[in-house]
Amino acid sequence: MTLRPLAAAFTLALVPLLSAPGASVGAAFAAEAGGEPVRGNGDAAIIAEIDRLIARSWEDNGVEPSPVASDSEWLRRVWLDLGGHIPDAETVQAFERNKSETKRAEMIQTLLESPDYVRHFSTVWTNLAIGQGEPENTSRLGMRRFFRNAFARNVPWSEVVFELITAEGHFEENGATNFLLAQMVDNDEGVQATAKATRLLLGMQVQCTQCHNHPFNDWKQDQFWQFNSILKAARRVDHEEFDQQTGQNEFVYAELLRRPLDGPVFFEKRSGLMQVAFPEAFGAKFGEDAGTDRRTEFATALTGLVPDEEGFPSASESADAVTDQIARAFVNRTWGHFHGYGFTKPVDDMGPHNPASHPELLDFLTAKFVEHNYDVRRLITWIANSQAYGLTSQSTKENEFDDPAAGELPLFSHMAVKRMTAEQLYDSLLIATEAQKAGNSDWEAIERQKREWLGQFITAFGTDDLTESTTFNGSIPQALMMMNGELTSKAISAEPGSYLNRVLGSTNKPEEAVDRLFLAALGRQPTSKEKTAAAQLIRGSEKPIYGYQDLFWALLNSNEFVFVK
Amino acid sequence: MFATDQTSRRHFMRHMAAGAATIPAMQFLSHLQANAQEVRRNGKAVILVWLGGGAPTIDMWDLKPGTNTGGEFKPIDTKGDLQISEHLPKTAMVMDELSVVRSMSSIEADHDRGRYFMKTGYRPEVTATHPDFGSVVSYHLGEERRELEIPAFISIGGGGGQSGYLGMKHAPFEVSSNGQIRNASLDRWTNPQRLQNRLAMLNVLEENFIKSGRGDAPQAHAEVYDKAVSLMTSSQMDAFKVEQEDQATRDAYGTSQLGRSLLMARRLVERNVPFVEVSYGGWDLHNDNFSALSTDKLPTLDSGLSAVTADLKQRGLLQDTVIVCMGEFGRTPRINQNVGRDHWARSWSVLIGGGGLNGGIAVGKTSEDGMRVEGPSYLPGDLWATVAQAIGIPLNTVHTSKTGRPMKLANGGRPIAELIG
Repeated sequence: MTLRPLAAAFTLALVPLLSAPGASVGAAFAAEAGGEPVRGNGDAAIIAEIDRLIARSWEDNGVEPSPVASDSEWLRRVWLDLGGHIPDAETVQAFERNKSETKRAEMIQTLLESPDYVRHFSTVWTNLAIGQGEPENTSRLGMRRFFRNAFARNVPWSEVVFELITAEGHFEENGATNFLLAQMVDNDEGVQATAKATRLLLGMQVQCTQCHNHPFNDWKQDQFWQFNSILKAARRVDHEEFDQQTGQNEFVYAELLRRPLDGPVFFEKRSGLMQVAFPEAFGAKFGEDAGTDRRTEFATALTGLVPDEEGFPSASESADAVTDQIARAFVNRTWGHFHGYGFTKPVDDMGPHNPASHPELLDFLTAKFVEHNYDVRRLITWIANSQAYGLTSQSTKENEFDDPAAGELPLFSHMAVKRMTAEQLYDSLLIATEAQKAGNSDWEAIERQKREWLGQFITAFGTDDLTESTTFNGSIPQALMMMNGELTSKAISAEPGSYLNRVLGSTNKPEEAVDRLFLAALGRQPTSKEKTAAAQLIRGSEKPIYGYQDLFWALLNSNEFVFVK
Repeated sequence: MFATDQTSRRHFMRHMAAGAATIPAMQFLSHLQANAQEVRRNGKAVILVWLGGGAPTIDMWDLKPGTNTGGEFKPIDTKGDLQISEHLPKTAMVMDELSVVRSMSSIEADHDRGRYFMKTGYRPEVTATHPDFGSVVSYHLGEERRELEIPAFISIGGGGGQSGYLGMKHAPFEVSSNGQIRNASLDRWTNPQRLQNRLAMLNVLEENFIKSGRGDAPQAHAEVYDKAVSLMTSSQMDAFKVEQEDQATRDAYGTSQLGRSLLMARRLVERNVPFVEVSYGGWDLHNDNFSALSTDKLPTLDSGLSAVTADLKQRGLLQDTVIVCMGEFGRTPRINQNVGRDHWARSWSVLIGGGGLNGGIAVGKTSEDGMRVEGPSYLPGDLWATVAQAIGIPLNTVHTSKTGRPMKLANGGRPIAELIG
């Protein structure tokens, strides 16, 4: 059960691309995206219901929403959230010229069908699943490939979860295995795997009940161990081979296997008393017969799917999900991906102790997501087309107390400012500057250079996965890297191939060059104050080229560049 | 974070924006330097000498001559009230200032888990990432030292570590033992006027975004940049330039990486950096323990440790500077077939002194063969509580993890009574 049969993905017709007239996007997209037209008839009613429920919360709380975001603000945001990087200057200009009333909806659809969406969401989920690095004896490539496949073919989320929980086999042949393998490097009896799987896939933090009952709700200590007794039914095998050169056994590949288990697990109470926990969750019991696989039974209970003869998840007349928690968790996290805040804070700590900001909306979206067979692109279409996502991130007097950063429940009366991830920042720098091409025309060398820089970025900008995307958690080494690092100096070098070189070669009007640098970096025109400062900078420079370089440097280092506004 | 009366950087950048091209470059830099010269050292500090790999403390601080486990080395008398290894003769001469805790018992005998436990006071767990104690010190003492333009937790030679729930602001700032800080050198700015031009333009853009009503994050970004610029241009950066020391001082510390690093640590402490970690690895001595120790590891450590202790003393800084020297665990009393020692956390020693702690004593004891602690034993939390007491961090401090769990300072450890004045 390695890669899903190709045929399944392509039985659905590829839709013609609805690129906006004049937009330069579009052309590059196609092959990756499959699936039915993203926005259909039923969608308008769902989006209207989201808008109604959000507007009601504004009314109830006496806030007025901020105005709709300008085209340039919105475009940059939607590219970063869906495509993982900023739009290039030409795309911004084309979008501003486009007078169609439906151009935003069309742009969302174009992006959802682009390889950039697949790439960005695979990166986000690979990082969520195994972290930004490569845990010992785990295949990052395998994990990425699994998510790539899932998002490219718009595999229903229930099937993705089913595969992550039940995966077996070679870590590169079946990439899904890497999710559990990455949590099993410590030989800790499935403790980390239990904590991670419940948190990521169910949006529940039961890890505290590893040691004690939860202080704020009725989650008992045995709940952790009940989940644990299910996920322990996986076994990691690291295959090694003798290496003549090193004279030692070297790791070759990892394998995730089924571990036949019967009976409960034992755990120690704080009092020292030993207790037992049986494999059960959401009121259902698993693995009571020896010979059945607990992980599979658990996955069936979560998704309503059963394995076919090859182990792939398939629908069944006889099986039903006992909970909608995986849909709920995904809806909450996806809403958080776009809005900076989910309906709960944090997005992966749902439960009776942590009431949602918009419980009715969360219920509604969860139900619709399940009804539409866990269709990920469709869920994104609803969220991205809703009124709240289209608002500016500038707060107004009428909504400035809607400030989730201060601990308030979010009302989504204005967009939250999110900080770019390492990958978004890196890709955006390359889009804005084409630094990788500066003084370089050899494709291989360019790719090598890109990998090296990306590595430096991940190291410098790596964050632990608990950090909120809405707080700025930058550090001095990051700032130093942006100010003085190799990538930045290439980016502003004005060497042939670079964006700056192209701009300066194609115009001799300083104002036009300044405008184009602003467009490339910030996706907007300069304000009059900024124009004055830029002109002064260029005039006062020893050589004009220095002035443009210094301006570009400042743009790339600015707070506005690194935030998704 | 940055109060209005505090560093003039933001103010200064604003000022520059007004007349960007009119301030001559050198005036710009000299202004920064003048600003920094008001710095006077006035506070407590910690130097952690980290023996990565796990040093065989039974051959260093707690010898067992004449037993199966004792190995080849002999103990010698010191200026303190205890004996140490014959291969640490210079350290013996300053042992009146330093003490040895011979009753550490720390459970974790795996490199990563042991490192985590010893540096944070907490055993690794899935519910929280705990801060290195250096981050705790940065959080408490670094915040108060507003004149400090370099980070408050500096790690020389790459010891790793994390600031966990205290935030990235308090993460270890890594410097190589030759004093290089990635991307921080001002040397590349052959034309300082351009740095000034860039910062002036940057300031216009940052202010514009800060004022646009989008929460506090844009301001936080500007503050980090202020700190980075401040670091690049600070005269305090010369703390990293050990070549400025006279030859005699450099000779005393030794020409090794450790010697350079410790000398750098003293210069940093002198400039009021509250926590400096110096990494000296290569102690995972499963093979040929004794020759590695006598020909290389111990002579190098001996020069460095004795020099930094004497130097701090002579400058009147030892009273305010705690020195801790340890790795992630000790090594087995039993000597293996490769004449090495393996991992051992159950009974081992840590060196600690300075900062007003009692010097020249051995705290606790191990059995005749070194296999177990006799009497009370100590955990890393107790050690860090002792340090906290010495440098004035209240012991009843409680931090909050990202999931809202209360976390006691040093995992609720208690100061080691014999060491406290």
